[in-house]
Amino acid sequence: MFYREAGQFKTSYATDQQIFPIRQDRIAMAVLLAVAFVAVPLAASPYWLTAILIPFLTFSLAAIGLNILTGYAGQLSLGSAAFMAVGAVAAYNFEARVPGMPLLGSFVLGGLTAAGVGVLFGLPSLRIKGFYLAVATLAAQFFIPWLLVKVSWFSNDSTSGAISTQPLEIAGWLADTPTEKYLLVLTIVAVMALVAKNLIRSATGRAWMAVRDMDVAAEVIGIRIVRTKLTAFAVSSFYCGVAGALYAFANLGSVQPEDFNLDLSFRILFMIIVGGVGSMAGSFLGAAFITLLPIALDLLLTDGAAAIGLALPPGVASMAQLVVFGALIIFFLIVEPHGLARLWQIGKEKARLWPFPY
Amino acid sequence: MSFFLEVLIGGLLAGVMYSLVALGFVLIYKASGVFNFAQGAMVFFAALTFTGLQEAWQLPLWLAFVLTLGVMVGVGIATERVVLRPLVNQPQITLFMATIGLAFFIEGVAQLVWGTNIRRLDLGLQDEPIEAVMERFNLLVSKFDLVAALVAGALVTVLAVFFNKTRIGRALRAVADDHQAALAVGIPLKQIWAIVWSVAGFVALVAGLLWGARNGVQFALTFVALKALPVLILGGFESILGAIVGGLIIGAAEKLAEVYLGQYVGGGIEGWFAYALALLFLLIRPEGLFGERHIDRV
Amino acid sequence: MKTPWFQRSLAAAAFALAIVGGVATDAVAQQPTQFIGITGYRVGPYGANGAAFFGGFIDYLNLVNERDGGVNGVRLTWEECETEYNNTKGVECYERLKTKVATGPTAIHPMSTGITYAILDKAPVDKIPLITMGYGRTDATDGRVFPWVFPLLSNYWDNATGIVKFIAEKEGGEDKLKGKKLVLLYHDSAYGKEPQPVMEAEAKKLGFELKMIPVPHPGNEQQSQWLQIRQYKPDWVVLWGWGVMNATALQTAQKTGFPREKMVGNWWAGSEVDTQAAGPAATGYYAATLALAGKNYPVVADIEKFVYGRSKGGDAKLVGTVLWNRGMAAAMFTVEAVRKAQEKYGKKPMTGEQVRWGIENLDINAGRLKSLGFNTMLPPVKTSCTDHGGAGVVRFQQWTGTEWKIASDWMNGDRAMVRRMVEESAAKYATEKGIKPACMGS
Repeated sequence: MFYREAGQFKTSYATDQQIFPIRQDRIAMAVLLAVAFVAVPLAASPYWLTAILIPFLTFSLAAIGLNILTGYAGQLSLGSAAFMAVGAVAAYNFEARVPGMPLLGSFVLGGLTAAGVGVLFGLPSLRIKGFYLAVATLAAQFFIPWLLVKVSWFSNDSTSGAISTQPLEIAGWLADTPTEKYLLVLTIVAVMALVAKNLIRSATGRAWMAVRDMDVAAEVIGIRIVRTKLTAFAVSSFYCGVAGALYAFANLGSVQPEDFNLDLSFRILFMIIVGGVGSMAGSFLGAAFITLLPIALDLLLTDGAAAIGLALPPGVASMAQLVVFGALIIFFLIVEPHGLARLWQIGKEKARLWPFPY
Repeated sequence: MSFFLEVLIGGLLAGVMYSLVALGFVLIYKASGVFNFAQGAMVFFAALTFTGLQEAWQLPLWLAFVLTLGVMVGVGIATERVVLRPLVNQPQITLFMATIGLAFFIEGVAQLVWGTNIRRLDLGLQDEPIEAVMERFNLLVSKFDLVAALVAGALVTVLAVFFNKTRIGRALRAVADDHQAALAVGIPLKQIWAIVWSVAGFVALVAGLLWGARNGVQFALTFVALKALPVLILGGFESILGAIVGGLIIGAAEKLAEVYLGQYVGGGIEGWFAYALALLFLLIRPEGLFGERHIDRV
Repeated sequence: MKTPWFQRSLAAAAFALAIVGGVATDAVAQQPTQFIGITGYRVGPYGANGAAFFGGFIDYLNLVNERDGGVNGVRLTWEECETEYNNTKGVECYERLKTKVATGPTAIHPMSTGITYAILDKAPVDKIPLITMGYGRTDATDGRVFPWVFPLLSNYWDNATGIVKFIAEKEGGEDKLKGKKLVLLYHDSAYGKEPQPVMEAEAKKLGFELKMIPVPHPGNEQQSQWLQIRQYKPDWVVLWGWGVMNATALQTAQKTGFPREKMVGNWWAGSEVDTQAAGPAATGYYAATLALAGKNYPVVADIEKFVYGRSKGGDAKLVGTVLWNRGMAAAMFTVEAVRKAQEKYGKKPMTGEQVRWGIENLDINAGRLKSLGFNTMLPPVKTSCTDHGGAGVVRFQQWTGTEWKIASDWMNGDRAMVRRMVEESAAKYATEKGIKPACMGS
């Protein structure tokens, strides 16, 4: 009833090709951004900001990175956490060793370093495909943290190997309250998401998708496979790298190389699978789902059990949470293998017709 | 020289232990095209159930083995029915993710049922050097590892015979080749899958017992899956022979690398060396040593 | 988690009312409670370690409530949040627990070096003390730079020098170490790198040869490391492991014929979790400890009577194990810090700032330990602004195959050297972070 594009005529190619061709979508996006930038900082408690929203945004960015590689360019990777580690450590070192380095400059350079490393580990993709490639990216996943632990220069020779990040200061503005950190992360993520969305709609993005759908066919129609695959690795790693820098600077404040372990890579992969492979909205939905689900389960199981007068022995709640988490993942994959983004789309189509069934 | 031999033999025997875990992956991948990441969790679950049963009722080894085998077959069949059947024809990555979800589920259930306490698994076999070899050649060969290698060898032989000579085995290979064609010629697909998952459960049990006796039965048993992955890439996902040969190569190479190269770069390279080596092999043969070659057609 | 829901919601409701109307303060005053936030872990690869530690921790809190009716009439309540030994989840738990109750979560025991690092910068802002018993930042012993962090008892470097001292004693004196060969077999991570500078310094000072061999995570396969050890033929092996690595090291030592009587573990490599998994291979193995194992202490008897006797206990199998006793000791220090703070600030629930003062002014001497029922399980502890550890000693135990047997007295290595290195490292951190080292006072 409300979600209908009737009467919206396109009079030029430009309007036909904009990101949100339907007016209602544009309004919804504006509202969403307004909520994220204005309402959330006013309403959310510090707990929500630090423990849920900032990690959610950071992981969304990493999920976008992986989605570019896996969802759009079709190259499966299990090494996202390693590229995050590169970004985090590189940003830290640029900030610490280059005098007068602006923070955002460090983030960008950190991302670029990650991109370089990503291209290096992307080289085997020119020959290896599918699952073999996925397992091969594990080489990056195990090698990079090892290297970061081994070479103490990376952590500024701290005995523990942990890096303790610098304060978030941009042109004299110090982001140290949860709200300020949130706004900083949100801005970075929003801008980068917009860039990613446009990149996907560009020739580069179309080349990625052609390679994903069938690389031999793509090659036949004149797409340069080498360049396409490697740019996908570079862009993806850049996003992961910046996400890693945000993870270190805005989330934890201090990280060790082993924080970027295989588990984290799997979590990010989960996000895009549950959210939707090859979908920008899916990256956000998936990140929200994977970040929130364990917390919700935890609250539900401990407080819920207590509410019905059942005191769970310690540990049982934790394990039950693991069981339910695993079961829910399987359930979601069975019910909607294309992810939450697909559900969202179905919902939109329904909304279009509502209140009529057809 | 004798040190080199020791490292080599130790590596080969360790490699057999990796092969044992890799076998479970291969079986399932061969028959249903699923990269079953839950294999590590199944190894853990099997070992935990075995020791748990033993502890709870003071069962003899063989009875605990039989009961655990029953449980593992049940788990295998349930997995096939509840998780994989609804996901037939989904992309591989979705199936892969579902098995990670399954891994969480199994790990949680295992610990809910049997608790988090670390248990010792005693197969009545001490992990000691064989004295005769020690005295005569001054070579260190572990008794336990040798037995493990024999078990693995026996297992592979049995599986090879099973796959090549029996009716079910032939049906299984047909299924692996082409699900739909197999179905069309009247092979009961669902039964075959149930059998494969049960066999994978059996392999997980054997791996769980051997690894559990080595490291103690604890959550870290799930990590053995990570040792099996490079073996799989190197050997090829579909080949039982590949799992064994891959295991031997990876085991020997990573030990030799750690001992002879590790010292120049600060050591601890085993964690990634196996992957790097497998990657190197892949660059030469993108389907692994014994994997099936795929030809892309437009 | 074990707090009755009813009581918790009552407290929460009363708290809400107090904020809204400022009237219901009577209800709070009637039932004053001290809330303790616990970031624990009971699943995952280190779940067994966490279950024992936090089991002991909670059993002791229960004891204080059941036997004494709380601390000076202030009952203890707590909530355990599962971190899975994962930093992001650890931060989430920390944030959740920190605002649960107006007085804060008393003091946090992260029980993970990673989580400690992740909340290190947050704690001073939130005014929540961190107690990191035997892990975390070694240089936090210098309380002038780290006013909110307390590596109580001893730190990693005390542990490493203590091990060297112990080996020297076994060899018959420090001069006997000259020309001996030691191997440091370490978990290849930040944790495993921690002892390296002091071990190198000790090697130079005492003239022993030191070879450091890393074990990649998780350490469930150590053939190559132990073959290297076999070739090197060291006199002693120092085991600096965590989780499955410890059991595997013991098993592989047996496999390669290295005597377990010549292996010394640090305090994270010396619990039943490690030795039981290794079975007979662990017999004879030495390990450092912060709190002695066993049940022969009045406090354990009290817990069995008041807590398990009233079926409020956790897993009875864990009682008296190394990590359970350590967890119990950790709870005791927390409770004693609250008690100390109450002496100064009055008998009511203490805030983080007040508890911090309490921890910084702990003085638990032998007499106090005896009256608490701990007797000789722990060394006397006296903290101050400059020394946030308060003891700096370790003790060694030997695994007999069924239990840990005491193998030494409380001992410390080169305290002067450790102190010098702590101050150097803390000063470096202070300049990096722009902190002006100073004592906080009250």
